Amino acid sequence: MHELSIAMSIVELAEEELKGRSGASIQAVHLKLGLLSGVSKEALESCFEMACFESPLAGSRLLIEEIPVTARCPSCAEVRPIDSIQLFRCSVCGAPVSEIVSGKGLEVVALEILE
Amino acid sequence: MSAEPRLVEVRKNVLKQNDVVARALRERFRAAGVYVISMVSGPGTGKTMLLEKTLTMLQPQFRVAALVGDLATDNDAMRLARSKAPVRQISTGTICHLEAAMVEKALEAWNLNELDFLFIENVGNLVCPSSYDLGEELRLVLLSVTEGEDKPLKYPTIFNSADVAVVTKMDLAAAVEFDQELTDRNIQAVRPGIQMFHVSSKTGAGIPEFLEYLSGRLSGSHTAAIERT
Repeated sequence: MHELSIAMSIVELAEEELKGRSGASIQAVHLKLGLLSGVSKEALESCFEMACFESPLAGSRLLIEEIPVTARCPSCAEVRPIDSIQLFRCSVCGAPVSEIVSGKGLEVVALEILE
Repeated sequence: MSAEPRLVEVRKNVLKQNDVVARALRERFRAAGVYVISMVSGPGTGKTMLLEKTLTMLQPQFRVAALVGDLATDNDAMRLARSKAPVRQISTGTICHLEAAMVEKALEAWNLNELDFLFIENVGNLVCPSSYDLGEELRLVLLSVTEGEDKPLKYPTIFNSADVAVVTKMDLAAAVEFDQELTDRNIQAVRPGIQMFHVSSKTGAGIPEFLEYLSGRLSGSHTAAIERT
């Protein structure tokens, strides 16, 4: 399980944003989690509180938006959702897809900062 | 002072630090002309045995080396050292995967220009390594015939992140009533078009085809490098 180190990276990244804002604290972290990122939402949520301990993020909320996997379908020539993470096929025409467009990322999109 | 929190847009990739190091490594590897291959699988699939065989058989023709990651012990490095290739152990302690910075550190004092192939054996784990780019050119995912045909469906993320799938321990296939067709179909379901090999490190079956593929990739990368200059 690597979610604790991921949670600690999120805390570090958020702390960077607080530089030059003395006394400010973070109330919430908005995160986009791709379903193909290799990171488990549940595990990350349970590690987050621990990672925030004694930091300006203590007590903050982690708001996770899950990003579905989409791929460029060679047959439709369009970006389409895949059938499922167990079946990398275009959900419209059924062609096998290999060019992943979204769903691999793990991105902090915004912070709620209290100054 | 306002009591309402302010929403500040950030848009930062959480794994950026690893990705930056991995990108720099990839550039270094390409500049040195060394073809870097990483290997991932669950524990006990046979990464080390396949690697020992690979290092030994590639050596007359190519200059090879390996980095091997484990939570603890240097048993794997000692096994691989029998191949006479330069091998370095990366002990990750409690960390369940390799990160690009660990690879960078392990390469200190190694002259990459003197190598054709560098293999990186990841910690035995089918979950965590999928998130970490190591700067490799080719990622191999291994599964053995004893692990169950549905393994790719259980761990789709790592299979999807790989470039080549290697089914190992084919010498045991009959004993465990291994269904090769079903396994291949499951691999292709989670990573359409992926190159597959079926090997036995024990009997050597399938190994020549696998090695031929690797040397083909190496010469392909050299051609690409010449075209880039």
